[in-house]
Amino acid sequence: MTAQGVQTEPQPVIDVRGMTKIYGTRKVVDNFDLRVPKGAVYGFLGPNGSGKTTTLRMICGLLKPEDGAGTCLGWDVITQSDKIKTQVGYMTQRFSLWEDLTIGENLHFVARMYGLDNRAERVTTALDSLGLSERKNQLAGTLSGGWKQRLALSACMLHDPKLLLLDEPTAGVDPKARREFWETIHELSDQGVTILVSTHYMDEAVQCDFIAYIAYGKKLIDGPSDTIASQIGLTTWKVEGTGLGVLSKALKSTPGIEQVARFGTSLHVSGPDKKALKAAIAPWRNTADLHWTQTTSGLEEAFIHLMKEVKDNFA
Amino acid sequence: MKTGFSLARIGAILIKEFIQMRRDRMTFAMMIGIPVLQLILFSYAINSDPRHLPSAIIDRDHSAFSRSVVTAFANSTFVDFTIAPDSPEEAEAAMAAGKINFIFEIPENFGRDIARGTRPQMLVIADATDPSASSGALAAAGEIINTGLAREFTGALAGLAAGPPPIEVVLQRRYNPAGITQYNIIPGLLGIILTMTMTLMTAVALTRETERGTMENLLAMPARPVEVMIGKVAPYVLVGYIQIIVVLNAGRILFDIPFEGSKILFLWVSTLYILVNLLIGFLFSTVARTQMQAMQMMVFLLLPQILLSGFMFPFRGMPLWAQWLGEILPATHYMRLVRGIMLKGSDRADLLADIWPLLALIAVVSILAMVRYRRTLD
Ligand SMILES: Nc1ncnc2c1ncn2[C@@H]1O[C@H](COP(=O)(O)OP(=O)(O)OP(=O)(O)O)[C@@H](O)[C@H]1O
Ligand SMILES: [Mg+2]
Repeated sequence: MTAQGVQTEPQPVIDVRGMTKIYGTRKVVDNFDLRVPKGAVYGFLGPNGSGKTTTLRMICGLLKPEDGAGTCLGWDVITQSDKIKTQVGYMTQRFSLWEDLTIGENLHFVARMYGLDNRAERVTTALDSLGLSERKNQLAGTLSGGWKQRLALSACMLHDPKLLLLDEPTAGVDPKARREFWETIHELSDQGVTILVSTHYMDEAVQCDFIAYIAYGKKLIDGPSDTIASQIGLTTWKVEGTGLGVLSKALKSTPGIEQVARFGTSLHVSGPDKKALKAAIAPWRNTADLHWTQTTSGLEEAFIHLMKEVKDNFA
Repeated sequence: MKTGFSLARIGAILIKEFIQMRRDRMTFAMMIGIPVLQLILFSYAINSDPRHLPSAIIDRDHSAFSRSVVTAFANSTFVDFTIAPDSPEEAEAAMAAGKINFIFEIPENFGRDIARGTRPQMLVIADATDPSASSGALAAAGEIINTGLAREFTGALAGLAAGPPPIEVVLQRRYNPAGITQYNIIPGLLGIILTMTMTLMTAVALTRETERGTMENLLAMPARPVEVMIGKVAPYVLVGYIQIIVVLNAGRILFDIPFEGSKILFLWVSTLYILVNLLIGFLFSTVARTQMQAMQMMVFLLLPQILLSGFMFPFRGMPLWAQWLGEILPATHYMRLVRGIMLKGSDRADLLADIWPLLALIAVVSILAMVRYRRTLD
């Protein structure tokens, strides 16, 4: 599951530099570099409108970048997108299968487009693992939102792609299906399939081997997921006890404290300056009902910190 | 919140529609452009009293009388003598190919017989596939001949002017002897119905994918533009065949339309025509951003196909520039082909002149569509 053996792979599956997409006068993606090693699960995070979908589309040849170059699966992203498309499974953020075709017809269509052998068998397998065999004659448009996502996911994996580009694949999907989805992702990764997945969920982010964080079209940070928080240099204190609601309000307006977030029965209090944070919480440190411990900053704190740092230059 | 009739809500919708209309530049241009352009175009092109119809003259007499008749016809502006063939066969071939509407044949000794008062016969053969094209000229023929000859009736011949008509005009209608208008309209209608439905079917082919968001998926798959084009066009060829069968059978049952020529040839040229229209529709869908725009383009093309193809008005009766415009339209050629095959029994050699423009259009439109095809979502 982790990146063992991955680092020794010389040629990254995705290796793009300087990718830039301009809409009107706005640089929606600005000088974006990305290297994804083979077999990695690479998480792609960022606030709404930060350019995740646009970047994924440029990688699989659906959008022409204004600037930038690189390779995907060894092929040139600008000139060889025809070749790239045969080996990539792209799941769109918005449901984009044919709503006026049945579930079965959609899968058969996709299988034909990729020229797959044993089509009937593959489709049956996909339907079985989805648990949609009984409903294969139902129009795709009449599926619930979550089921549409699951159908789209299995459709984009039908041709056993070497690279999966998944744009918020689990949005609107129930917890059980999400867990199954991530199990599948790790299995595929073990088999050498590379996965670039965009998500807004932190519990999914921590399951990734690597993470890139993008905001306003610019990449703010990337690296192995367990090093992201420490790279940022955020200090976090955990506090447990009673009266946390009142405490939370008080802490939020205290200088030196950047964020206060509730985690189950505790509060996480974070700030970029270790000393200032310590000073800020000092008045409450000796309160009898509260128990303070210093803890490692999580990804969520890290990303919220990043978001607060960058200004919204185009909402 | 008020639930009754609300002017404010109507206003809200009104404003929204205006904003959307202004944003959609293409629709806006069409709304202003179509009426103006088409009004100018068609008010000049349409001519319900066709003149200058191309004709052949076979003059075997070469007398002062025959020359007077010819001049009188030429001066009448109803006909233009575009060819002077040596034999009736040559003239008939030109008519079969649709190059001329009339053949005038003046027999030997025409002048002598007039002078003798034995009333020689003059043969006028009219292509009656389109009765409206020939009717005006035929109605005026007697009068034209009389005025032409009157100039010759001087001196010793002055007496002839007062007598019965000096010659007898023998009229033959070719291809549609009874002058039944349906014979002409059904082939034309077939062309118009096909262009309307076929173009519409494919005009929304890509825009529908874009509007439904499925284009993103389609483009992410490894399909070449030409594959998409063929895949989108081919199914509708069958629909076209079904339409042809329906129209032809209706024509046969309701109007007793004859079918003189080869059915195989007919199927052949119909396939070409169906393809041209489907491809034009596909081209529209590569240009248009929305289904609405694609449909507007289709209507934009439909009007000239109805008005300038020889369907509504005799083709040879239109001004020259309108004829040139008409030559670019597939419907023009298809109607000639269908009339030729159905009513005249024309064979491939006769029809070549109208087959190659269809082939050329297929090539040009396909190439344009491939150039216009957007391989990305930009
Ligand atoms: N066709 C377009 N024309 C103009 N601007 C566009 C277009 N497509 C996207 N944008 C802009 O590009 C920016 C990035 O959009 P993108 O869809 O890549 O964001 P995202 O990171 O995927 O967001 P989300 O998390 O909401 O899916 C947005 O500000 C969006 O408004
Ligand atoms: Mg997105």
